[in-house]
Amino acid sequence: MKEFSVRRYPVVAIFVIVLLAIWIKALLLMFDSSLKQSAENNSRRRIVQYPSRGIIYDRDGNILVCNEAAYDLMLTPHQMQEFDTAMLCADLSITKEEVESRILKAKKYSMYRPSIFMKQIDSKVYAQMQEHLYRYPGFYVQNRTLRKYNGGIAAHVLGDIGEVSEAQIEADPYYQSGDYVGKSGVERGYENILRGEKGVSFYLVNVKGVVQGSYEDGKYDTVAIQGNDITLTISSELQEYGERLMANKVGAVVAIEPSSGEVLAMVSMPTYDPQLMVGRVRGKNYDSLLRAPYKPLINRAVSSTYPPGSTFKVAQALVALQEGVITPNQSFPCDKSKVGCHNHPTPTSVSMGIQMSCNPYFYFVFRRLVQRGLDRNIYKDAAIGLGLWKEKIETLGFNHAFNVGVPGVNKGQIPGPDYYNRLYGEGRWAFSTIYSVSIGQGEVLVSPLQMANYASILANRGYYITPHLLKQINGEDYEGEMAQKVVTPFDRKYFDICVEGMDWVVNKPGGTGHNAYIPGITVCGKTGTAQNPHGKDNSVFMAFAPKEDPKIAIAVYVENAGFGGTWAAPIARLMMEKYIKGEISDPNLEQRILTTSILPNATR
Amino acid sequence: MQQGRRNNILFNIDWVIVILYLALVFMGWINIYSAVYDDTHQSILDTSCQYGKQLIWIGAAIGVIIIVLLIDSKFYSTFAYVMYVLGCLLLLSVLLFGKEVNGAKSWFEIGTFRMQPVEFAKIAVCLALARLMSSENFSFKVVRNYMYVGIILGIPMLMILLQNDTGSALVFCTFIFVMFREGMNKVLFVSAFALIFLFIFALLVETSLLMLIVGLICVIGMTMLCGRNKYTRIVLYSAVAYSLVAVVLCILSPELAEKSINFAMIGYGAISLLMLVMFFISKMKPILFAMILMIGMGGFVYSVDYIFNNVLQEHQRSRIMDLLGKNDDVLGTGYNVHQSKIAIGSGGMLGKGFLHGTQTKYKFVPEQSTDFIFCTIGEEWGLLGITVILVLFGILIVRIINKAERQRSVFSRIYGYGVASILFFHVAINIGMTIGLAPVVGIPLPFFSYGGSSLWAFTILLFIFVRLDADRLQVFR
Repeated sequence: MKEFSVRRYPVVAIFVIVLLAIWIKALLLMFDSSLKQSAENNSRRRIVQYPSRGIIYDRDGNILVCNEAAYDLMLTPHQMQEFDTAMLCADLSITKEEVESRILKAKKYSMYRPSIFMKQIDSKVYAQMQEHLYRYPGFYVQNRTLRKYNGGIAAHVLGDIGEVSEAQIEADPYYQSGDYVGKSGVERGYENILRGEKGVSFYLVNVKGVVQGSYEDGKYDTVAIQGNDITLTISSELQEYGERLMANKVGAVVAIEPSSGEVLAMVSMPTYDPQLMVGRVRGKNYDSLLRAPYKPLINRAVSSTYPPGSTFKVAQALVALQEGVITPNQSFPCDKSKVGCHNHPTPTSVSMGIQMSCNPYFYFVFRRLVQRGLDRNIYKDAAIGLGLWKEKIETLGFNHAFNVGVPGVNKGQIPGPDYYNRLYGEGRWAFSTIYSVSIGQGEVLVSPLQMANYASILANRGYYITPHLLKQINGEDYEGEMAQKVVTPFDRKYFDICVEGMDWVVNKPGGTGHNAYIPGITVCGKTGTAQNPHGKDNSVFMAFAPKEDPKIAIAVYVENAGFGGTWAAPIARLMMEKYIKGEISDPNLEQRILTTSILPNATR
Repeated sequence: MQQGRRNNILFNIDWVIVILYLALVFMGWINIYSAVYDDTHQSILDTSCQYGKQLIWIGAAIGVIIIVLLIDSKFYSTFAYVMYVLGCLLLLSVLLFGKEVNGAKSWFEIGTFRMQPVEFAKIAVCLALARLMSSENFSFKVVRNYMYVGIILGIPMLMILLQNDTGSALVFCTFIFVMFREGMNKVLFVSAFALIFLFIFALLVETSLLMLIVGLICVIGMTMLCGRNKYTRIVLYSAVAYSLVAVVLCILSPELAEKSINFAMIGYGAISLLMLVMFFISKMKPILFAMILMIGMGGFVYSVDYIFNNVLQEHQRSRIMDLLGKNDDVLGTGYNVHQSKIAIGSGGMLGKGFLHGTQTKYKFVPEQSTDFIFCTIGEEWGLLGITVILVLFGILIVRIINKAERQRSVFSRIYGYGVASILFFHVAINIGMTIGLAPVVGIPLPFFSYGGSSLWAFTILLFIFVRLDADRLQVFR
């Protein structure tokens, strides 16, 4: 068979070619970078180290929000062995069926990866079950932190945290599914300050997801940076007092320190205990609060806008004086044929107009502002006049959303020519159509925060610092863009005239706000009784005190409470006295306010 | 002196093969160690671990080698049929009393000791085949002899197939190389090869594309056979032009690509017709031959495709696709190959280093110490390791063939070819399947894969040849 010995060459050739083909294919695999990526994804696990969130203090250094240890009971199903189910049930106070369904859920997720068996067990329960933990193989406890809200106050200011939404993850790559993020209040407003910086550790895992060691000796790991502690401008004493005074009433109180723009108190009623929004009960409580009457989740102090009522008259006076359409000693008759009024002497000056809160007086003031005779056509004239007025009045912080530090700030509304053109059509409205604006009714909408800031401008006689809630970051004074000084274009002398009127409102007979009188302190204020299409009038009061060197400016809204002087004024008075003096000189008044319930019938 | 040298086996055995063997076994053990290594088992002699056990197998294999070398070389040819019968009985008994592992009933279990008879059956078949084909009147010119070879191969193959161990059964196909060397009809050899390749590629590659390739090969072959003839050149150019147009059209329009099967058919018909015309004008035989070949191959490809898609049931289809490793489901059947490719691909040029492979060490690749041991090599030693191992196997196989050619005894030569073919098939298919080039059939990588049966079987297989080779000068003397 020697004749076939030449056939060894094709055989060897086939063998060599096939081995060469294998070598080339292996070479191609080496250059396939996607395989390298898959290899890393396979075996590299990224584990996030969560930083502890910053602590929130009040202006006096009291802790408002801190972190509390909580424990998640984790379960790795494949490590589980027989255990005393009854004991676990007793430890966690859950039923046997619940234990079984939770185990099933964990198994469904993964046999090898740990999942949360029960989340956010509080430290008392944990302390109790810790001793038994070794009897439950496969179970272990993972520490985490929960927010703890002290004192149960300022729910709307502090807000809460919750799991980050899909939209937020898309907007900011920092967040990942399951992260906790501020949902409302300053928790959300100062999220970037409070949250800190997440750290990342890379581990090598095997096919079952069990960690085998650190990746490249931790070369790519980053350390979590703790969140910054912040100090709020809120005085928890004043806040707590305000919440007590407003109990069983619907409305809002905002108090500002005029010289700094710091918000001393921000009360929105009804409120709730912020601790309700923590931990396992959050979902349930959130739902019930969402359905509760008077919508306690709304921060009325910044999000609700109301007609300012007569408090607006001071602003009208300021604009009219500055625009030169009236003189300080302007007199208008109390002509009740146009707008209604109560019985009082004829005001013979601007200050008296404010003191007596004479509706016809400001009807005429506003008419002069709107119908200035700049155009023969009264419609065009009204549009020009209203435009000039809007420009001026907005400098007082109206129609502007302040970056106060909490979300949901409503900018309110100042109607201008465009607004009425849309509403009635161009050239189809004039002063006679819109006169209710003169006394802060109709289309004018102001939030309690804006109202307090407006009081603050009057207290400062011409400027304001943007109201803000952030005082310090990590103990260092905050001087950021949130606290800018804004000067209004009104002369000091006109402020003096208006402030004089506000003084008389409280301190002179015939003034509408004598309920705000504090012995020994000159309170300047202005009442408002805003008509409310939904029911009884809203009671409004804005004030500052003392007249010279003001320490506090305040706005009080009580929904459906009637005349401004009756409810809002005494609440403002008690708040101011509490803040300035630290004690109340009229315990009877205090008692009356504390015990009065003014809940509107309508569940809005 | 001369006499003494002849008598001393140590001087006569081929030390190159022995050293290659030892090198491969050592590298195999190193990689098993790495594949199963973890921090909890530090001692290399820990017999509770696979590498510890493998070390025992290796030690025992040395003893086996000594026994194999001490037995007289005439024993192997004399008792070839006896061993064949024993081997078949072993296969039969494993079919009756064996234990099922991973769906294949191919294991004997005696206590904790497990053995796979199929590995040893390969030796017996190789010996029996060598005995048959070396008998004096044997010639492939006699058709009856094909039948004898078929019976020798068929009986064990059938029993292995019944064990549901398709991979091992396929190993016996490798003896076609031995038969070819010993005078098998070359047309038969080429067409057997062509049919196997066409069958596999008909399922792996787009039918139309395969037909284009087949057509082009035929036309180019025809051109080479006819030389520089203007008629054949016309056919060649038109075939190339047609293929180019078809490929470009398919790339440009996906709708056309879907209908490209029709394209291929039309082109096929047109070129065949052209060839027929050419044949009648020029009367050149190769043109007719190429035409018949082309139509035959095209028909075969098309019918495979048709039967696969229209006649076979869904589960049969998926079984075949699994066998071909063509299943795209990376979490299901395709998982092994996908993970294996990831492991090898992540190794890079020089690998991640000994014990530093993450994919294999953290058990992403299943069967990594047995059938997929090559992944560990690829990941930890990179292209360098792969090259070294392929080269070593290549040298071993080529050396065995060269040695076989030098034999005076036909039995030794045929046996040598058998050894080379078996080794080649195992290496090619095992490595091929880890890199996604061959269907995933569970056959071990010689000397590397964990397991006493396979290590011993390959050792015996190789060293019987070493023994026969050592005696090559004594034959006819």
